[in-house]
Order: sequence, then structure tokens, then C-alpha cells
Amino acid sequence: MTDESTRAQARTTRLGWAALVTGIVSVVVTAAVGATVGAAGLDVTGVARAMVDALPGVTLDPGLSEVETSILFEIRLPRVVLGAMVGAVLAVAGASYQGVFRNALADPYLLGVAAGAGLGATIAIAVTESPALLAPFAFVGGMAAVGITYALGRSVGGRSATSLILAGVAVAAFATAIQAYLLQRESDTLREVYVWILGRLVTAGWREVWQLLPYALVATAVMFGSRRLLDVLSIGDDEAGALGVDVGRVRAVVVIAATLATAAAVSVSGLIGFVGIIVPHTVRLLFGWSYRSIVPLSMLFGAAFLMMADVAARTLVSPAELPIGVVTAFFGAPFFLLVLRTMRGPT
Amino acid sequence: MKRSARLLLGLLVVAACGTGGGNPTTVTQDPTTSRAPLTTAVGETFPVTVEADNGPVTIEAMPEAIISLSSTATEMLFAIGAGPQVVAVDDQSNHPEQAPVTDLSGFTPNVEAILSYEPDLVVVGFEPGGILEALAAADIPVIFYDAATALDDTYDQIEGLGVATGHREEAIAVNETVQSGIEAAIADAPDMPQGTDYYHEVDNTYFTATSTTFIGQIYSMFGLENIADPADEDGSSFGYPQLSSEYIVAADPDLIFLANTFYGESPETVAQRPGWDVVTAVREGNVVGLNSDIVSRWGPRVVEFAESISDALASYVSQS
Repeated sequence: MTDESTRAQARTTRLGWAALVTGIVSVVVTAAVGATVGAAGLDVTGVARAMVDALPGVTLDPGLSEVETSILFEIRLPRVVLGAMVGAVLAVAGASYQGVFRNALADPYLLGVAAGAGLGATIAIAVTESPALLAPFAFVGGMAAVGITYALGRSVGGRSATSLILAGVAVAAFATAIQAYLLQRESDTLREVYVWILGRLVTAGWREVWQLLPYALVATAVMFGSRRLLDVLSIGDDEAGALGVDVGRVRAVVVIAATLATAAAVSVSGLIGFVGIIVPHTVRLLFGWSYRSIVPLSMLFGAAFLMMADVAARTLVSPAELPIGVVTAFFGAPFFLLVLRTMRGPT
Repeated sequence: MKRSARLLLGLLVVAACGTGGGNPTTVTQDPTTSRAPLTTAVGETFPVTVEADNGPVTIEAMPEAIISLSSTATEMLFAIGAGPQVVAVDDQSNHPEQAPVTDLSGFTPNVEAILSYEPDLVVVGFEPGGILEALAAADIPVIFYDAATALDDTYDQIEGLGVATGHREEAIAVNETVQSGIEAAIADAPDMPQGTDYYHEVDNTYFTATSTTFIGQIYSMFGLENIADPADEDGSSFGYPQLSSEYIVAADPDLIFLANTFYGESPETVAQRPGWDVVTAVREGNVVGLNSDIVSRWGPRVVEFAESISDALASYVSQS
């Protein structure tokens, strides 16, 4: 490492105030936009007054009808909040995966959680035909897939990251094959599964928010606590081991936390791609390469990004909807190329 | 343009048998002339040629081993009395009960499996690519009837199957029963106040059908307005857009029809959705569960669909 890059790195290890403030402001602004726009066309001042009115100890007549109040508090706000939580969780999980595997291409779905959750969702929709079972089945499917990946990876290659990733590829392919088989047998459920695969915040309510909250809190706390260790891991498994870090254990803890959060997010929102890759990479490019800032900033910008994507999903073709996975991929795919091009230079 | 087409369609059906010459009375006396002749066939002598969605199909002799890979075609074949000639139907064909269900798939058809039944006519409702060519190569006539986009398609397909199977008379009679059944359902229904609107739910992620679709046109015949029409004005969703929850609640439909009752949805689950308790249809108990099979097919049971709308409207009007 050259002197110059060492100094650059030292300069960017700490979480800068400017970055933190930018992150918080973008979350607040996107949340405000998310709350005020939508297919129902609620009056903007009415929405603002209703929000102030909802604060404890403040009374202000918002001038919204019963239907409008219901739309704002039961449909639009939970969707905004859930979008923020899912975005934050996916971005933090993506950043953690990238750190723990030292792989810029890692995303929260790397070890098969998406394929497993997809299989679980397909079983819920096509076999049990009970929509209420979708979330638990997707959650269990995602966790099971990663569990199998981990067991397989350990049995083949001990603690090596490569064997884990390859095991993930195999498990994902296997789960996807079973899913395709089930879909082929139950073709009438194809669209429903497809909608879930493209991500759906359409049916979001407070129930989904409460379902996700405990997992999001615990897992995010664990990943926050591990962000210094992720910096140590970035120098290599052996080197980190020489510094006294139990690499296998750190990897296991972070993977479990990230998987738990991702599976919980996926079970309520479907598969929303690219958030876990593009948000951490943007944060890296803009604010430096230390996980001490990448993890918290990914959380903020992930939340803002997904809220913004959801605003696009529900307004671009209003009153119809675009699948949010299409929106994130539409912005995510070109951006990803840009990141790759930029990264080729300095490294 | 769209509106006038819809209007025309409504007139066509309401005028029922009047397409022959604008004189319904003569038509009821002589059902065979009620509709323009569809094929070159006269009577029930073979060979016949049927105009299908894959072009003209010639059938040399009366088929004795028919395979239907379309649940709608299965219902049509049995309704026109061609049931005894049917040797196998696909795994989705669950009506009528006596249909010989097999594990053949209409969605991913396997040509070898189809040929093992030695069919002399195959009817398909979906063209995944290659099936028509493969069966043509085996010298087996295939009729491809795509999903109906209007009631006239239903009538054409029923009559076409009648000609192809040697049951033209029965097919025409079935068409008249369907037409008069729909007419009767419309006549029985109360006149709807201007602006009575509905939301037709295809699935629980708020995919819906606009007035331009097959089912949407039937609702229109009852004078109902569709809340989804602004969501697909340019037709880019082919009449099946996905709505947002808040749009549906804001549109506040008077009636909600559920096409997904076989997939766990019911008036109760709809009432439990966040924010939906304020919707007029939910508050006043006008969420109507429909038979998912009937509303996703375009066969003779479309009459039952029309009757359920009629019943729902009667109960809607009796409360208000």
C-alpha cells in the first residue's frame, strides 16, 4: 500500500459528520415525499397537518376525510416505513456480506436466501393456497437454504469463503429447480409467484412492519457491532487471524445476522434486487472504504433509496403500479456498470 | 373508439339472436340462421374446415378421439355433446365431472404424451411454441382457440368446436342458451344508478381487469363502471393492470368482486386489509366472492358468472 492511499484511508475511516447529516436528510426528505405523493392524490397540506396532528400533545385539524385519513395512516405510511426498513436492512446486509466475503459482487442473496425464500413462497402460494402462510414459508425457506449452504460449505472446504459461496450457488440452483417444477405443475399460480419475485410493497401494512421490526433491530445491531471486525477482515483471513480475530466465528455471526434480516425483509416484501449491491458501493465511492462508515451510511441511504424507488413504482404509471424490483433493477443495473468501471481505475 | 366498441358489443349481446337480420323473432324460429355461417361445412358431413386462431383447420372425418388441453374448450366440448368423443383432457380441466382428466399439461404440453392417446383432434388454448408444428408433423389436426376477448369469441369457438366434432346444431343451441341466459340475468338485474362502480380483483396484489377485457365487458352490460379503467387507458397492460391499495380505497367502489376465492381470499380477508374498512363495498357488505374457475374461463358457464353479478346487484340495491 502506498503512503498516499494509507493516508487517504486514514482520512476516511471515521464516520464524517457531513456524510451522516446527508444520510439523515435524505431519509427525512424521501420519507416526506413518500408520504405526500400517491395514486389517491391526497392534499399535501392536509397530509402535513395530519402528520403534525399525529404527534403526541399536538392537536391540529388536518381537514382530511375519513377515507383520506385511512389511506394516509393505514396504507401509505406503513408502505413508506416498510420500504425504509427493507431498504436499510438489505443495504446493511449487502455491505456486511461484501465485507465478510471480501467480494464486491456479494449481495444479501449470495448464499441462497433469495432462492430458498422464493421456494418457500412458491410452496405457500401453489401448494397450500393460503396467502397468510406466504411470509412464514418464505422466511423459513430462506433460513433453511442458507443453513444448508453453510453446512455444505463447511463440510467441503472448512472455513474458506470460496467453498461457502460455491455451496450457495449449488443450493440456489437446486431450490430454483424445485420452484420451477412446482410452478410448472401449478401454472395458474405463476403470476402470483412472479409478482412476489419482483418484489411487492403493494400489500404493505403495519402488520408487516411489526413482523420485520424485531429481526431488523437485532440483526442491524449485530452488524453495527461487527463493523470494526469487517475492517480487520478486509486485510485477509490469515492476516486477520494473526491479529487475533476468529475469522470463522465473525463470518458465521455476521452471516447469520444478515441472513436473518434479509429473510425477514424478503418474507414481507418479496425479492427486491440491487439495493444490497448498489447502495453500499455508492457509499464506498462517496464516503470511503471503512466499514465503520459504510455500515451506518448504507442503512440510511438504503432506506432513502428504496423509499424513492417505491415512490417511482407507485407514481410513474399511476394509478397502476410498477413492480418495485423492476424500478430498482432499472436504476441499479446501469449504476452497477458505472461502479465496476470506476473501480477498475484505482484498484 | 374504445367506448363505441364496447357499446357495440353490449348491443350485440343484448340484441341476442338479432345478428341474422335484425329480426329476433325469425331467429328463434330458425336457430340455424341466427349467426353468420362460420365455416364451409353444411350439416354434419365431413370433411369440414374450421377457422381457428391458427388458421383454417380441416378435419377429414368425424373425430372419435379428441384431446382437449384447454379447460374452457373441455367445458365447451361437453356442453355441445361431444363429450363421448373426448379421450383425454389436461390437468386443469376440472369441469364437468365426467371429463377424462389426465396429467397432460396444456401449459407445457408434451407431444409424445399427447400422441400416446392416438388423438384424431387436439384442441389447445395456449401456444407455448412448437406444439402446433409438432402435431401438424404427426398429421393430427389441431384447433388453437386463444382466450376470448369478447363474448363473440365464445360463441365462435363453441360453434367452431360444434362443426369440428359433428355437433353444429347442439353448438348453436348452446350459444342460444348462453345468449338468453345472459339476457335473462341482465333483465333480472335492477337498473343501476349512474356511476355505480366496482373493482374486480384478480389476485391479492391488486391485479385487476378493466372494462376492455372479456369479463369487464360483461360487467359493463349491467351498467357498472370499472374503477380500473384509468389505470390502463393506453392498453399497455392488456386490460390487466396492477392497482395500488390506496387508489382502490380512494376510488371507493360500491361493489367488489373477488375472482380469487379459490386462493384464500374472501369478503372477510378483504375487510381485514389495512385501511379497507372505510370502503363503501366493505362497509355495506357488497364484497362478492366469485367462482375462480368460472371467471377465468370463457365457456358456457359464463352464464353463471352473469347470474352472480345479477344476484349481487339485486342484493346491493335492496340494501340501499
